[in-house]
Amino acid sequence: MLPALRVSGLTKSFVIHAHGDLALPVLRDVTLAVSPGECLALVGPSGAGKSTLLRSLYGNYRPDAGSIRIGHGDGWVEMVRAAPRTVLDVRRRTLGFVSQFLRVIPRVGTLDVVAEPALRHGMGRAEARRRAESLLARLNVPVRLWSLPPATFSGGEQQRINIARSLIVDYPILLLDEPTASLDPANRDGVVELIRQRRDDGTAIVGIFHDPAVRDLLANRVLNVALPGTSVGVLA
Amino acid sequence: MPEAAYNYAYLDEQTKRMIRRAILKAVAVPGYQVPFGGREMPLPYGWGTGGIQVTAAVIGRNDTLKVIDQGADDTTNAVSIRSFFAKVADVATTTSTEEATIIQTRHRVPETPLRDGQILVFQVPIPEPLRMLEPREIETRLLHALTEYGVMQVSLYENIARHGRIAKTYNYPVMVNGRYIMSPSPIPKFDNPKLDRSPALQLYGAGREKRIYAVPPYTPVKSLDFDDHPFEIERWDECCALCGSRESFLDEMIVDDAGKRMYICSDTDWCGRRQ
Amino acid sequence: MSEAPLLSVQALTKRFGARVACRDVAFELWPGEVLGIVGESGSGKTTLLNCVAGRHAPEVGAVTYESAAYGLVDVHRLSEARRRLLGRTEWGFINQDARDGLRMTVSAGANIGERLMAVGARHYGDIRGTAQEWLQRVEIETDRLDDRPTTWSGGMRQRLQIARNLVSKPRLVLMDEPTGGLDVSVQARILDLLRGLVDTLQLSAVLVTHDLGVARLLTHRLMVMQGGRVVEEGLTDQVLDDPQHAYTQMLVASVLPV
Repeated sequence: MLPALRVSGLTKSFVIHAHGDLALPVLRDVTLAVSPGECLALVGPSGAGKSTLLRSLYGNYRPDAGSIRIGHGDGWVEMVRAAPRTVLDVRRRTLGFVSQFLRVIPRVGTLDVVAEPALRHGMGRAEARRRAESLLARLNVPVRLWSLPPATFSGGEQQRINIARSLIVDYPILLLDEPTASLDPANRDGVVELIRQRRDDGTAIVGIFHDPAVRDLLANRVLNVALPGTSVGVLA
Repeated sequence: MPEAAYNYAYLDEQTKRMIRRAILKAVAVPGYQVPFGGREMPLPYGWGTGGIQVTAAVIGRNDTLKVIDQGADDTTNAVSIRSFFAKVADVATTTSTEEATIIQTRHRVPETPLRDGQILVFQVPIPEPLRMLEPREIETRLLHALTEYGVMQVSLYENIARHGRIAKTYNYPVMVNGRYIMSPSPIPKFDNPKLDRSPALQLYGAGREKRIYAVPPYTPVKSLDFDDHPFEIERWDECCALCGSRESFLDEMIVDDAGKRMYICSDTDWCGRRQ
Repeated sequence: MSEAPLLSVQALTKRFGARVACRDVAFELWPGEVLGIVGESGSGKTTLLNCVAGRHAPEVGAVTYESAAYGLVDVHRLSEARRRLLGRTEWGFINQDARDGLRMTVSAGANIGERLMAVGARHYGDIRGTAQEWLQRVEIETDRLDDRPTTWSGGMRQRLQIARNLVSKPRLVLMDEPTGGLDVSVQARILDLLRGLVDTLQLSAVLVTHDLGVARLLTHRLMVMQGGRVVEEGLTDQVLDDPQHAYTQMLVASVLPV
């Protein structure tokens, strides 16, 4: 099967101008490919660049060199140095991202927060709300919270809302940054099950999972994002 | 005779020429306010200095002058202006609308229909119809130039919102020849229909603001309104207590300490002829 | 994705005397896109906005706009009449101080209705009905329709200014610090309102702000200006999460965390 995502020679460093243009190399010459139905887990010590890699894939960080090609629609899109509206279009239709924290929007109710990506994807309002409700129910978010803005919710609730928001569209590719970090075991199992279903339905997944049990349940492969300067290889 | 010290019709010939040029331009661009070099006149601003300069520029020995103030020929202001021109321009004066060739007016259009060849000279306090809405002269000129008149309609909207109908009763804005919005001077809106396609030449003079504008004979003059709040003129249940007229503009007068009211024609010439 | 940009700014330079307010600025704005211009006071962002709006004429460069009525037009070569007509039909301009964008001496309804009347609406009942709808959309009680905004709070005035601009269904809205000078809670409400309207009306917008939080919430794309130059641009989250230029890094680092 053709991969959904191909990365080659990806290099990224941060230059801190306030500290005499200090350069912090984070990614060097990373190469990987993920196919539909596959889940690649990024591992490595803290500071190894797992999040940086994930954010680069999403187009959130801007790599210095290399290539990130994403199967988008009928063709491939090069994400490195892509025009902003190209990146937005890829995010709208192809690329979902679950961050660790929900970026709350003042005054917007939970149901609308979750439904938003579906609306942007072109789904009808009624259908988007229906899907949002079913996801929130499945993720055990109490009905009484649905109309409230999530700003004051607990970390676990916010995270589940974040997950619902990213799963409401059937993105061909999902990027997950610690999707279960602040969940209790019961809710964690629900989330894992939901993600596994997506994977088995053919979604290509790249994720960071601190919890080894979660990683074992979801990942087909593991990529060790080692410290900068050392080579990166595919284990397992 | 002391008046021999003055040029004919008080103003010097250069000034009259300048005013006539402004009038010609105003006639050529109906409703457009033409600036002119207004002179000091021997009466205070607000008493008709604009009208008097326009009259002085167009009057000749063969003219017959009528001057009215709120429709009346016999107020101080009307009498003084009439006698002023009798002295300095050697013209016949009259109170008869029909006989007059030039009628200088403050706040009314005579009830007797005007005819070809007559000139109606209006005294104008504030020539700019948009002034209350837009204080900057440079901006109002631009609005006229670009026919950008939304704001005028805004003021009528506001009137209905506040009073349930267009409550503006005088100085009611008009569109002249489909191009310029014009202030008809503080005449009652009752008189607005008389401006439309009038056979007489209408000249408007604003002395303080030094503007002249005009409506040539037979020019369309439309009072602004809304489709669902069409322009209407005042109506009275009463008739004139003196002449019994039901079709003229009536002034309300309180005649005793008990508040007894009486309605009489504001146009004294019209009323007198009917008695 | 649409094929042509709605707005295109080419090599724009604007001077005030010896001072260069904008130097060689270029960008394109696509339909449905919200572009933020950030930078400190004096960085040239408001001048740029005024050049885009046709209020300032640049010495060098051009601003072209894809008009629904006239096709592709060069904003600074349009006649004043046509530019002003565009300004009250296809464009909106939200000022920081609502008093600059409202008629303070007339009612809210008249403020909203003005654009309609300016293009020939002459049915009082219809104009009033539309004004009422818009008052609702910007979350102002409809019984305030006949109020003058003089006694209103800053937030209400700002919402009225938004309604007054959007009633003509503009395609392009230019905003100059639309939440500047408002309380934080009031700001949030306006931001949310703008966000919703931009989405549902498919507006394209250029938003000038010094508040990175506002930029994060409302814009798709950011341009960072310093001393009249664009020093960095990109997707909003790229610029804020991975700032590359020293000045952008300084701006991002200066935001107080909550």
